Amino acid sequence: MKKRSLLGKAPAAPYLVWSVLFIIAPLIFVAYYAFTDKNGNFTTANFGSLATAEYAEIFLRSACFAFLATIICLVIAYPVAYYISKTKPKTQKILMVLVMLPMWMNFLIRTYSWMAILEDTGLLNTALGYIGLGPYHMINTSGAVILGMVYNFLPYMILPIYTSLSKLDPRLVEASADLGCNATRTLFHVILPLSRSGIISGITMVFVPSISTFYISQKLGGGKFDLIGDTIERQFQTAYNYNLGSAISFVLMILIILSMTVMNRFGEEEGGMVA
Amino acid sequence: MKKIVFSLLLLALLLATILSFSSCGETREKIVLNVYNWGEYISDGSEGSLDVNRAFEKYYLDTYGVEMTVNYTTYASNEDLYAKLKSGATGYDIIIPSDYMIQRMIEDEDGNMLEELDFDNIPNYKYIAEHCKGLGYDPEEKYTVPYTYGMVGVIYNKKVVDEEDVGTWALLYNEKYKGQILQFNNSRDAFGTAMYMLGIDVNTTDMTKWNAALDKLVEQKPLVQSYVMDEIYNKMEGEEASISAYYAGDYLSMAENNENLAFFYPTDENGEYVTNIFVDAMCIPKGCGNKLAAERYINFMLSKEAAIANAEYIYYASPNSLVYDDPEYQEYMGEEGMALLYPDDLDFAKVYDQYAYENLDTEMLQEVNNLWEQLKVESASLGNGVYIACGVLVAALIAFFIVSYVKKLRRRRYYW
Repeated sequence: MKKRSLLGKAPAAPYLVWSVLFIIAPLIFVAYYAFTDKNGNFTTANFGSLATAEYAEIFLRSACFAFLATIICLVIAYPVAYYISKTKPKTQKILMVLVMLPMWMNFLIRTYSWMAILEDTGLLNTALGYIGLGPYHMINTSGAVILGMVYNFLPYMILPIYTSLSKLDPRLVEASADLGCNATRTLFHVILPLSRSGIISGITMVFVPSISTFYISQKLGGGKFDLIGDTIERQFQTAYNYNLGSAISFVLMILIILSMTVMNRFGEEEGGMVA
Repeated sequence: MKKIVFSLLLLALLLATILSFSSCGETREKIVLNVYNWGEYISDGSEGSLDVNRAFEKYYLDTYGVEMTVNYTTYASNEDLYAKLKSGATGYDIIIPSDYMIQRMIEDEDGNMLEELDFDNIPNYKYIAEHCKGLGYDPEEKYTVPYTYGMVGVIYNKKVVDEEDVGTWALLYNEKYKGQILQFNNSRDAFGTAMYMLGIDVNTTDMTKWNAALDKLVEQKPLVQSYVMDEIYNKMEGEEASISAYYAGDYLSMAENNENLAFFYPTDENGEYVTNIFVDAMCIPKGCGNKLAAERYINFMLSKEAAIANAEYIYYASPNSLVYDDPEYQEYMGEEGMALLYPDDLDFAKVYDQYAYENLDTEMLQEVNNLWEQLKVESASLGNGVYIACGVLVAALIAFFIVSYVKKLRRRRYYW
């Protein structure tokens, strides 16, 4: 391959500067605060104070919420993405816009609106009341929080799966049918394995924001139980304890990196088999 | 070719950005005043009210012949403001924190964060009521000019709450109204409701007392519908919840939208007020770009027209005699409103001394925060459904992978 000229590299420079300034440097700050106390002396006490049953529970709870939200997203998104990829190109475009449409609105407003929908006197219960049902208690439950996560992050699952499915060579599906596979076998042995990369990036893109989210649980969960994002936010916003906040973020980052590594391992190993 | 054009464009963009940043540094005839205030805390021209900031710009141009732009931004809590200033944000010329936060800023461990005011530039200070001057947070009247004050009371829905249960803080802890109660989503105010009820000094440094308050809050947790701040408006007006402690001024705006709402100031058995009084005051933070202009702004905010416009917009009590003595203002607020905001039987100094929040030192804040954390982490109310669902799914996934792995092995054996 021809060596890239300086001019060819120039367009990458702004991003490079950007990422050093706004991604690498903040990470260094996080690590610095996590390992120092208020006066800037080295300490591991921040991590020590995290080793309590309470924090373990918050971490576990956040992971469970994020895990459930991710699975639900996957179950909903895959058929949708598959359906979209099978429609005519023109329809595909329209449907993709529809998938993205909610993202044009601010995330906070979307979540806030769910509050108005799910409340005991909210839209949904009022509507159900007209046909003689309910009222059902939905707001301030863990279900509402998971719903909020699924709603907000679903497009991030649909998009990568759709991309990988639309790149899938239809001849492979035909070949599978020619060789005697029924539809189910084709789905599980041809289509699913070939769209694995999309599924994995979808899972990443849903799981990571879900586990670190803070607004959804406060608004839809009634602020009665914390997710890890809420705890971190409070350290910076109200408690003004940057050191503890950074330590929690640090642990969270490591957990995310670990789970992503495991995830990617899956992708590679199994992907190898398909190829 | 395309690439070259693209990179040139990018470069131009980058240069433009850099240039636009640097041009701020140039001295111009125009003054920009950065005002940082609570949300919804100034008359902004909506619904035919006076747009105070624009009025100040016009006043400044007419009086001093200098073009003035007020750059107005808002924060949601004292803690947000403090965190922002501490994180190194500079260039704010006016801030309007509450009393205990002002005290914290003055006593800050990294040095006083506020500028001393030159009261020669704020002649309208003379209109401030005596009882609002020289309070604990600024005893020598050096740093602050009061903007509003108010008291916390309990808002309730007459359709749901029986009159006999009304009158004290116990209403927020009444089992009868399980799931109808809203609690503050900030540590100081939430602990406050418990401490006022238990008769504990809200500024105590005795941790056993704080722990007693925490126990009360934990006990209350199953009764609480949600921990909220500004959502209180929607939830109370929409009758989603029926009981909530909040500021008297905010009750007045809520009552306009729902006539079932009522309000009381909690009292003790002798009928004395047992509740929080706060004062929000205008200050100039260190790093202010134009102190003279900032002081003129403060003075303008105390002038009759602006002060009345603000008081009528915010609905909080005004410390400004030009406002509370004005017949038109009194008529606007109505008898009920005036009685609520400026209670005749209120001994301001006494209630303020006894119940206002004072700044807690860093260690105490840390301790209180840990207690708050405990309350938030505690999750008896959250059932195990999520964990069970998670466990089942994880088990199913593991089973699936084991089965497919075994199948894979078998297939291999078959091929070989």
